Amino acid sequence: MSCAEAFSSYALRSLGYGERLLPRSDFTLCEQVILIGSGMIWNVYFGVIALCLGFLLATAVAVGKASSKRWLRKPSEWFIFIFRGSPLFIQIFFAYALFTSLKGVSPVFDPFTSAALGALIVLLLNTAAYSGEIFYGALQSIPKGDIEAADAYGLTGLPRFRRIVWPTMLRLAWPAYTNEAIFLFHATTLVFFSGFPAWRQQGDALYYANYFADKTFNPFIAYPILAGYFILFTLIIVGIFGLVNARLNRHLPASRRSRVKYRPNLMR
Amino acid sequence: MFSFCTDPSLLATPAWFACYLTTGKLMLFYASFGTVLLLLAITAPIALGFGFGAAAAARSRILPLSWFGKIYIAMVRGVPDIVFFLFFVIALDQGIEYLRHKIKCPDWDEPIRQGSDFIVCAAAKMPLSTAPQAWHEVYGFALAVLTFAIVFGAFAGNVLFGAMRAVPQAQLETAEAYGMTHRQTFWRILVPQMWIYALPGLSNLWMVLVKATPLLFLLGVEDIVYWAKELGGAKTARFTDYPHGDWRVWYFLGLLIFYLAFTRVSEIVLDRITARLTHGQATAAGEAQRKAAA
Repeated sequence: MSCAEAFSSYALRSLGYGERLLPRSDFTLCEQVILIGSGMIWNVYFGVIALCLGFLLATAVAVGKASSKRWLRKPSEWFIFIFRGSPLFIQIFFAYALFTSLKGVSPVFDPFTSAALGALIVLLLNTAAYSGEIFYGALQSIPKGDIEAADAYGLTGLPRFRRIVWPTMLRLAWPAYTNEAIFLFHATTLVFFSGFPAWRQQGDALYYANYFADKTFNPFIAYPILAGYFILFTLIIVGIFGLVNARLNRHLPASRRSRVKYRPNLMR
Repeated sequence: MFSFCTDPSLLATPAWFACYLTTGKLMLFYASFGTVLLLLAITAPIALGFGFGAAAAARSRILPLSWFGKIYIAMVRGVPDIVFFLFFVIALDQGIEYLRHKIKCPDWDEPIRQGSDFIVCAAAKMPLSTAPQAWHEVYGFALAVLTFAIVFGAFAGNVLFGAMRAVPQAQLETAEAYGMTHRQTFWRILVPQMWIYALPGLSNLWMVLVKATPLLFLLGVEDIVYWAKELGGAKTARFTDYPHGDWRVWYFLGLLIFYLAFTRVSEIVLDRITARLTHGQATAAGEAQRKAAA
């Protein structure tokens, strides 16, 4: 099979378009690169949606944890503890088992047993907990003077939060949040390895890489291809987040800007 | 386990649970928690050793050694750890068998890779196909430990490399001014002081290691996840020792609680260690401790 043929058959294979049958023998490098790349669509889907929705939830959770009201603080603390204190692997397993047994109760839960929705929810809650903790830390370290100045200008409640507290919180949290985004993206590989079935062999990049490694009994081709894809996407994430970071810091003199540093100690 | 379990009328009563929870298979499930703890106990020091070696190599003046250390440390950036877990298990296994093949069967003339097959002579199989089942399990576990140690060694190397750079430069310059050699400076000045800077990173790493243990399941070791899936599933419901439906939810809930409790205990212990090591150190936390006592 030529490269062009492989591309037209497998480029959208992970979404169910193109050739149904996966290659079974005489695997070419093209097939491996294209099929694994096709699987990356799922990783990007999980990563982008979980990160965007998780961001909103994380802000709410961080504000809840920093709140002085007990009924707001306690649930936020527990939420963060449960999702940060247990392995994502087990969370996904548990969620899948939970959704399958709920399916018996009511057909409403049918879509939740698919990876596209069920696993997305777990990833979303998980990243919300991790980012919530990061944002909470940032909320605690907002310079006192900023808030006093806001008070002096007569800003209170929502306007104060939206115009003073929130931008500063984001600015302080951004380097750590960049790492969180990278690791969430890496964590998306767990989905099809922990319960959620790859319907009609429509899996993510790791699913296909593992398929090739199992079939050829040769890990030295498929996994490095996958690693290459992930390094590429990690660089893209670092680039995009770097732009946002530059915007958040644009009012500061160059020496006081916070730089995004890579700190890989935030894995699940 | 209990003598009253032989009475079939018990099935409908709550007492049945006492019997259910003490059957042989469930005992294997409990024992697999031991497997996880054993993995942690063995892996943590090995990974720390790897990390230390890598950090020391990265600081080395010999250029190839320094490159090796830096590449190893940088390896875990950018690529999901689960990929390494899947990769190293096969790669190590094939590497070991390849080496044994070269040593034990020198007059073997067929290629090792034939299409999609990896073929070595029978004497080079690891473990030998005649070996008892227990050795196969030990070998699998050892591979898993090595894989964990390699991956987490890279993480630890990252932390320790950072910690070595955090030790005030003036200390090292003073040591050199006193005429210490490079080696003496490293062992007498740098290493004793770096731990307090490494501790936050290392405690974080411990938490990460604890949370990475379910990946054992992917490496083919019969760990808690394996048993939870096996025992909770309803697939044997018809012929079976356990007449129950799909109980995986409850098993995984149990695992979730196990991990939460384990994390919490680790947190408390690590906080105490930090407090103790901070004592008397010239850091902000040490200063705060001194003020609180005064």
